[in-house]
Amino acid sequence: MPLIQVDNLTKRFGPQTVLDGVTLKIERGESVVIIGQSGTGKSVFLKHLNRLLTPDSGRVLFDDHDLATLNRDQLTAARQRMAMVFQSAALLDSMTVGENVGLGLKEARGMAASEIGSIVEECLELVGLAGTGEKMPSELSGGMRKRVGLARAIANKPEVVLYDEPTTGLDPVTAETINELIVALNERVSATSIAVTHDMNSAFRIGRRIVMLHRGKIVFDGTPQEIQATVDPTVRQFIEGRATGPLTVNP
Amino acid sequence: MEPMDYHVEAVGRSGINLVTRSGGMAILLGRFVLTLKDIPRSLHIIFEQFYAIGVRSLPLIIVISVFVGAVSAWQAAYQFKFIGAPLRLLGSAVGKAVVIELAPVLSALVFAGRVGAGIAAELGTMRVTEQIDALESLGIDPVRYLVLPRMLACIFMVPMLVIFANFIAVMGALAVSIVGVNISSETFLNGYRSSFQISDFLNGMIKAGVFGLLIGLVGCYEGFTTTGGAEGVGRATTVSVVIASVLILIFNFFFAVLLFRI
Repeated sequence: MPLIQVDNLTKRFGPQTVLDGVTLKIERGESVVIIGQSGTGKSVFLKHLNRLLTPDSGRVLFDDHDLATLNRDQLTAARQRMAMVFQSAALLDSMTVGENVGLGLKEARGMAASEIGSIVEECLELVGLAGTGEKMPSELSGGMRKRVGLARAIANKPEVVLYDEPTTGLDPVTAETINELIVALNERVSATSIAVTHDMNSAFRIGRRIVMLHRGKIVFDGTPQEIQATVDPTVRQFIEGRATGPLTVNP
Repeated sequence: MEPMDYHVEAVGRSGINLVTRSGGMAILLGRFVLTLKDIPRSLHIIFEQFYAIGVRSLPLIIVISVFVGAVSAWQAAYQFKFIGAPLRLLGSAVGKAVVIELAPVLSALVFAGRVGAGIAAELGTMRVTEQIDALESLGIDPVRYLVLPRMLACIFMVPMLVIFANFIAVMGALAVSIVGVNISSETFLNGYRSSFQISDFLNGMIKAGVFGLLIGLVGCYEGFTTTGGAEGVGRATTVSVVIASVLILIFNFFFAVLLFRI
């Protein structure tokens, strides 16, 4: 039984169909990267996996439970088994770095402050930010904020980590640091990881399985070796980053 | 499109907008009621908001109350002179006006501008920067974490501020009566005492509590449903003040009819 099963997922915003019957199964422990052009529905797909968005049709099963049918308490319990790293890091800007990392432990799990303190320090150390717990998010660089977002995600010891464009907007060195961190953290917490990105370097570094979305549909699903060997012109154009070919810039 | 079609479409869109907003606010109110059971484990964030929303509004309420009381005494004296009414009734007239209408309504309107707008802007920014999504993804109910403390603070702190407003406004009126109208403090306070009824005060408190609920609900709803980045946050802030102010005045009329029988 797959840990996550997406059946015929369709999502529309107004007249635009963003996801058009997407079906995907993700097994426990897999490291899946979803690639595709900007605006092709990758982040929308990701937000269906923890029900930040609900499907117009189709369903998303997590551990054999349809997320759409869960009541609020059941959904909260399901979400506590997952974590999400946001493109913008989405740190609560009224809180310190340490409070952000420990937020889920305090408010969702009701842990004691003394317990939270040591976990927060450990997580910050894992992402190379030991001693920054008292800083405010506004004092951090973009790369540091992403790392705090990673620390917040792993603090809850999740079974699934969802990464939304983890390296977007970062310089190549910082992006590679984030890639290394994701690989190391996935191994350390043995989590199932699902990342969406249009950064092929990142996709090859962190993914053991690569899925490509194009116009709301899956057009490729295979290993990094298979995608590099594919002759599909759409996929080839995307991974080679060529301006000419079947892919056009989204309006 | 014909001009007539355009107008019909605009009316239709406004109607849909009104129904959507009303329904959305009713759902949010229902979810707020359901989270009341979580008050014991949310006390730390509730008291934070009581301080931020209530205590920090006090200086502004004091300033407006002084001048509201002062101007009401001056205007009442002017009217008394015009109709030939005795000035010993000044305390009575001003006291009634302050306790029943001026303190609850004006405090609520100022509160809507300061706190309602602040709530809409804060939650709106959190919405467009995915901070509310982040809370949900951590398994934290944003209604419990964000709406519950803010709405409770509004419901309880508006009446508390109105108590201060009542006192300060009467002091302002007393000062103007002594200095500007030339009546003694004894005359003013005797008039005030003679017409004071505890039911007026309590009805003013009930009104203030409901106004607080409206301000919190509208601010939270507009913040939660913000879309469109910085422009959307600005729009949500403005809309929350406008809707809350209009609702306060409409509800105030119905309170007058229901609570203060002629």
